[in-house]
Amino acid sequence: MNRNPQASFQDMILALHDYWAAQGCVILQPYDMRMGAGTFHPATTLRALGPEPWNAAFVQPSRRPTDGRYGENPNRLQHYYQYQVIMKPSPPDLQELYLRSLEVIGIDPLKHDIRFVEDDWESPTLGAWGLGWEVWCDGMEVTQFTYFQQMGGFDCKPVAGELTYGLERLAMYIQGVDNVYDLNFNDRGVSYGDVFLENERQMSKWNFEVANTDALFDLFGKAEAECRNALDAGVPIAAYEQAVEASHIFNLLQARGVISVQERASYMARVRDLARGSCEKHMEREAPRWAAEYEGWTA
Amino acid sequence: MDGVSDFLLELRSEEIPARMQAGARAELEKLFRQQMQAAGVTPGAITVWSTPRRLALIACDLPDATEAVREETKGPRASAPPQALEGFLRKTGLTREQLEDRDGVLFAVIEKPGRAVKAVLAEAVPAIIRAFSWPKSMRWGAASQSTESPRWVRPLSGIVAILGEELVECEVAGVPSGYATVGHRFHHPGAITIGGAHDYTAKLRACHVLVDHAEREALIRDGAARVAAEAGLVLVADEGLVVENAGLTEWPVPLLGRFDSAFLQVPPEVIQLTARVNQKYFVCQDAAGKLADAFVCTANIEASDGGAAIVDGNRKVLAARLSDARFFWDQDRKVPLAQQADKLGRITFHEKLGTVADKVERVAKLARWLAEEGIVPGADPSLAEQAARLAKADLVTEMVGEFPELQGLMGGYYARAEGLPDAVADAIRDHYKPVGQADEVPAAPLTIAVALADKLDTLRSFFAIDEKPTGSKDPFALRRAALGAIRIVQANALRLSIGEGDLLAFFADRLKVQQREAGVRHDLIDAVFALGGEDDIVRLLNRVEALQSFIGTEDGANLLAGYKRAANILKKEDWQGVDAEIAQTGEEDPLAMVDDPDLKAVVDARMAERRTTAVDREPAEAALAEALDAAEPEAEQAVAAEDFAAAMAALATLRAPIDRFFDEVTVNDPDRNKRSARLELLARFRAAVHNVADFGRIEG
Repeated sequence: MNRNPQASFQDMILALHDYWAAQGCVILQPYDMRMGAGTFHPATTLRALGPEPWNAAFVQPSRRPTDGRYGENPNRLQHYYQYQVIMKPSPPDLQELYLRSLEVIGIDPLKHDIRFVEDDWESPTLGAWGLGWEVWCDGMEVTQFTYFQQMGGFDCKPVAGELTYGLERLAMYIQGVDNVYDLNFNDRGVSYGDVFLENERQMSKWNFEVANTDALFDLFGKAEAECRNALDAGVPIAAYEQAVEASHIFNLLQARGVISVQERASYMARVRDLARGSCEKHMEREAPRWAAEYEGWTA
Repeated sequence: MDGVSDFLLELRSEEIPARMQAGARAELEKLFRQQMQAAGVTPGAITVWSTPRRLALIACDLPDATEAVREETKGPRASAPPQALEGFLRKTGLTREQLEDRDGVLFAVIEKPGRAVKAVLAEAVPAIIRAFSWPKSMRWGAASQSTESPRWVRPLSGIVAILGEELVECEVAGVPSGYATVGHRFHHPGAITIGGAHDYTAKLRACHVLVDHAEREALIRDGAARVAAEAGLVLVADEGLVVENAGLTEWPVPLLGRFDSAFLQVPPEVIQLTARVNQKYFVCQDAAGKLADAFVCTANIEASDGGAAIVDGNRKVLAARLSDARFFWDQDRKVPLAQQADKLGRITFHEKLGTVADKVERVAKLARWLAEEGIVPGADPSLAEQAARLAKADLVTEMVGEFPELQGLMGGYYARAEGLPDAVADAIRDHYKPVGQADEVPAAPLTIAVALADKLDTLRSFFAIDEKPTGSKDPFALRRAALGAIRIVQANALRLSIGEGDLLAFFADRLKVQQREAGVRHDLIDAVFALGGEDDIVRLLNRVEALQSFIGTEDGANLLAGYKRAANILKKEDWQGVDAEIAQTGEEDPLAMVDDPDLKAVVDARMAERRTTAVDREPAEAALAEALDAAEPEAEQAVAAEDFAAAMAALATLRAPIDRFFDEVTVNDPDRNKRSARLELLARFRAAVHNVADFGRIEG
């Protein structure tokens, strides 16, 4: 098949899919929930726990309500795409695999300056941290590269390597475009703006001005309660979904400017408790099987 | 020993953070030396290098083998009880037959033959890797299924360990040692075979890796300056950036790019910070010293197009950053600072101390008071209050939200932009000063008032809620605030009470630390603080200064010796004064024991009589008493007038009489009256000296 990742946003994604599929990754479709980052996808968080090998790649829309600019900023969006790769255990040649993926989408490393710049990752919400880099291409951050060390408060045994590509940025770079809405989406006359501009306008308005805050507070409480309900019932994957939901509702409340600085910390702690509780229950449920199947493994 | 060889060790890994490389080099050398010392090997010169992808060490002139060691341990007598012998055998791990009997005493003799240094190194390399301390380290790969797996700063990918030309075989974390390393990630992706320490740098250089960090630093330093000069500009030197970029590259290539000069309307500090912090770029100035529309980035490749694409890409990234900065600059200037300040009520300063708005209110009052009371001469009270009220307003601006380092500075810009008086804008800009040791201390009256008020309020507030620094913990930077306040007070000779109680003691500690660096003895500061009640830093330091120069003179040193002698005697005799002595010896003076108010007059009269009863004074006693009569009022007056040099001079007149007193007079006279009169005289001398300082705190 003739892909043209340098001229089309979707070909770039498809080229990445082809490439990572060839490296043995499961190609997943986006999770059907609103979330702030691909890392929230259960294929990353929950799968980072335990000894089972896991290699997956997927696109995940990222919702960042406070980053909305009503479609007027050439670089900032409240909805954009991340490309996630997770490989567990982290293969010894993960950097090389990654660099080859850049060549696949048209970045020549002898013409462009590619650098691994220290950037450690931490998500208090997920009780997670890792060490790694932001990868720079000619001074622009194009990927977050992390070796997960802990998830949900548990040591990652073994460690997973996670790659998060910022797809729009990368495409803008490759296509030589200064405004995200000018990106060529399919090389058949459809631009990124054709697909998303109106969406950005309306969603920015809703995020910042319209969303009913009473309803949001209510939803937050309901997600929290439902998470606990699912935890009590011993279905941590369902509980985790509610944690993801609560996290996004919290982000919306932030965008609406109704959470004070003081309250912010306490809301974050509540989300963290849900996410951690889900990871804990997941471990509790799976650990006996993992310990039986993987000699020497302990939680 | 039949020969020496050079040893090469290269520990390859995925990219080591630039900021950690200097520490890692030192750690590598330290651990290597420890290992060699423990094995009894003395290396010659040791060189350590780093790149983002490798740590390297070359140790010259290692012997091929360690020397044989003979260890002798003396044991019990041959005739000793069996338990003693058993204990010795257990300790040495030998049998009775292996012990040597020398004249009835048993000796354990252990011969350690020399070991091949190659074998020593094969153990040392894994030990170094395991013991290595990184600021942050991680596990990786399949081995990380166990938390016991080795840790490194990033995944360890290769080990080269060659002694002379022989491989030192070892394995860590599944990584075996070998002759092979890698060159530049993109210029030479394949393996390179290293022969040994002798060809290491040359082979790497041929593969686009400059392993010597100092060489890369020089290349960046000079290269960046050169590309700037070629564009007719002057590079703004920045050694931090030089080191950082050297830590990010194996083959650094400085490249100059231009940005849209329209961005120059944004304050230069903002542009420089954006370029430096976000992008690690140098900036340039024109001949007149004005910021120019150019940046210098450091690429890690010799690009196939000469760097055109790299420069263009970096230019775009910088333009996006500067667009954000310009947007913030434009937005922020639409809102007057007074209006921004209203938002401070939403930011918690500390849960027990209210909001930032509450703090601003306190600081504004204090700044006004400092001006009104004339403590800060020349400061207009209303302007001081106004500046204080606006000083924190930039915290809620977009720009400071993005670049917290610009707090104060942006407030100053915005104040000027809305037409506030320069003095107010300056006070807003500089009120955090002094921040570091090298930072300038405010000298303009309004700035002094706001800067001092801000720091004093922080200190008083946190001390009031008992949030004091402990050990290495100082989450509210109170030490820095105290030091800043001290420097402001000192530099501007401000007269005020700096604090009381614990806060005063805290200031005293900070002052000692600060003055030690200035060469002032901390014991002298103690000696003055010990008098109690000294809360005026200027007076205190004047006094300490006079004291330090006095102690340095012969008179001073001798007076100190005399003081110590007097104080020792008084301490030894537990001298509490004549009254106490009379009270203790109630036998002689029964009325002293009577606790009856009606008899008080009688007791007092008897006491007065005792005190004034002329005992036969020796000439030296009389001379000391006479000298004290003259010196006491003189010292007191001088202290009151804060003429501490004069106070010291008054004390100096006591030196000869006190020396003579000790030469000629025996304090412990059998005659109780004589003894107490002499002790009393010494107590008087001690008190006179205390007018100036507690000499008991002075060391030496």
